[in-house]
Amino acid sequence: MTYIVRRLLQAIPSMLILSIILFFMIRLTPGGPLAALERNPQVPKETIARMREQLGLDKPLTVQYVRWMEGILLRGDLGMSYKFRRPVAEMIGERIPNTVWLVGISLLVTLLVAIPIGVISARKPYSFFDYLATTLSFMGQSVPVYWLGLVAIIVFYVTLKNPITGQPLLPVGGMHTIGQENNLLDTAVHFILPVVTLSLAWAAWYSRFLRASMLDVLHEDYIRTARAKGMRENLVVYRHGFRNAIIPLITLVAMDMPSLFSGALFTETIFSWPGMGRLFWDAAKTRDYPVLLGVVIINAGLIIFFNLVADVLYGFLDPRVKYDARD
Amino acid sequence: MTHATKETAALLPDGNLRARETPSIRIIRRFLRHRLALAGLICLFLVTICVLFAPLFPYSPTDQNPLNARKPPSMEHWFGTDELGRDVFVRILYGGQISLLVGLFSTLLTIIVGILVGAVSGYFGGWLDNLLMRITDAFLGFPTVFVLILLAALLRAQDLRWLQNSVFLVIVVIATLSWMWPARLVRSLFLTLRERDFVIAAHTVGAKDRRVIFNHILPNCLGQVFVSATLQMASAIITESGLSFLGFGVQPPTPSWGNILATAQTHVFFAPWLAIFPGLMIFLTVISINYIGDGLRDAFDPFSVQATK
Repeated sequence: MTYIVRRLLQAIPSMLILSIILFFMIRLTPGGPLAALERNPQVPKETIARMREQLGLDKPLTVQYVRWMEGILLRGDLGMSYKFRRPVAEMIGERIPNTVWLVGISLLVTLLVAIPIGVISARKPYSFFDYLATTLSFMGQSVPVYWLGLVAIIVFYVTLKNPITGQPLLPVGGMHTIGQENNLLDTAVHFILPVVTLSLAWAAWYSRFLRASMLDVLHEDYIRTARAKGMRENLVVYRHGFRNAIIPLITLVAMDMPSLFSGALFTETIFSWPGMGRLFWDAAKTRDYPVLLGVVIINAGLIIFFNLVADVLYGFLDPRVKYDARD
Repeated sequence: MTHATKETAALLPDGNLRARETPSIRIIRRFLRHRLALAGLICLFLVTICVLFAPLFPYSPTDQNPLNARKPPSMEHWFGTDELGRDVFVRILYGGQISLLVGLFSTLLTIIVGILVGAVSGYFGGWLDNLLMRITDAFLGFPTVFVLILLAALLRAQDLRWLQNSVFLVIVVIATLSWMWPARLVRSLFLTLRERDFVIAAHTVGAKDRRVIFNHILPNCLGQVFVSATLQMASAIITESGLSFLGFGVQPPTPSWGNILATAQTHVFFAPWLAIFPGLMIFLTVISINYIGDGLRDAFDPFSVQATK
């Protein structure tokens, strides 16, 4: 328990530094939030002054910062979007489920691909299969996600057509066909390309990682003991090897979750996916700073949360790990 | 096992040619045995040469010719032409100059900052180490891609003349969010090296801290730093193209692999070849660098058993 508290305390400086840098940079940007109004000759000076007062922009920056942080921490208030005049928290809230679905399904597919490849590679290292897997994973690690998405569009939308209808084989925009919001099959088809694009690169990393972790475990003494007892090879590998090798992978996945959300940013942009990443990108183009800050803060929070999850999981899955005993 | 015997032979005073093998020659020899790394090196070399000699090709990267727009690849235009009738092959070469430049210089900046922070932290220790490492941890906790975009957008909006050049800006932004990795590496190397006898000897003969850091400890870290720099460069090239692809990196008309891809995206339904080639170049370059990094890691690591035969 004390360990978790300590980790949380460690996470505070990260949030603090990030929020301070971004907050002051945004406020120091020429013009600030009212720049557009100030340039508009039809808006009288008094109106701008009144708005400045209402938004608290006439106070010193430090006061503004403290108020802003108070709003986030006490009321979950991330401010209003400049462009849509809506609470940022509400806008992000609408988008989060779409991103979570995309990331969740992609992660599932990733693990379903990466785990068998990693295990088979580790059982027969330096075999033909292992070399093939190594080469493919090197390629997967070097290919930019955004380009992979474009290639997927070219192949499955531009080139390949459905032989019956003559329509493009797979849809590439959004989550639904317009007018078919409740058609589950339609939604499922929309998931295919974004999920495949996201999963390929991750599968490349995780299969490598699992292979290494599996090889480490298979050299342990208890594996030799199990073999010496005359246990069948399959049982040795799966009951004794795999179960131990998967532990570091699970914590790795938990710690990687935030970067999976970041990766989703590119995929969402390319496939017009109505998720948090797309929201961020649209807001960045129009300089809608409250939305941008909101998404960054939410993601920073996710990082802290998943780091904690990873630590707790690790201690739970591997009883040898004791955090509090150390000091 | 032949490998190990060769290396012991290098220590014998009356051995053959190998006896005079210096550490750097040994590293080069071990690197060259990693065939994929060698292939990567050759490939990267070819890409660099092509990119540097871009002006030799008879097309301009900026002259527009609307009559010749969106032509598929042909003998005259190897990679086709884009929506404004510009030759894609030549544009990719010029874009490569920018992308490689950003990759190289952001890596240099990253490594320099990383070495300074890591060296000070690992050498002096104490509260300074504590402070620097907390800052490092804080930066590692950032949601990188989001902060990259926000930082790039924010810096461009400032009234600062020296940041108006988008290439320079991208270099600074990438380095701001990557110096932590080499810093941690260098710190951990310094922590072990500073207790070694040769460092104590240097102190005993009265060497100043700066001299001990830069002349005695740092040279022993360079191998590993070099490996991490290589991998950093690969990821910097991907980051640059990603940022430019989203519209927050290198700004047109200056071509970079990322912003060529970005315009290609809007034409992907009519002119798919526009999107294929720039991405292929990024992929080729990055995989070459990754293999080189892999080879260097094997070559620098005295305990590694080489996997490639």
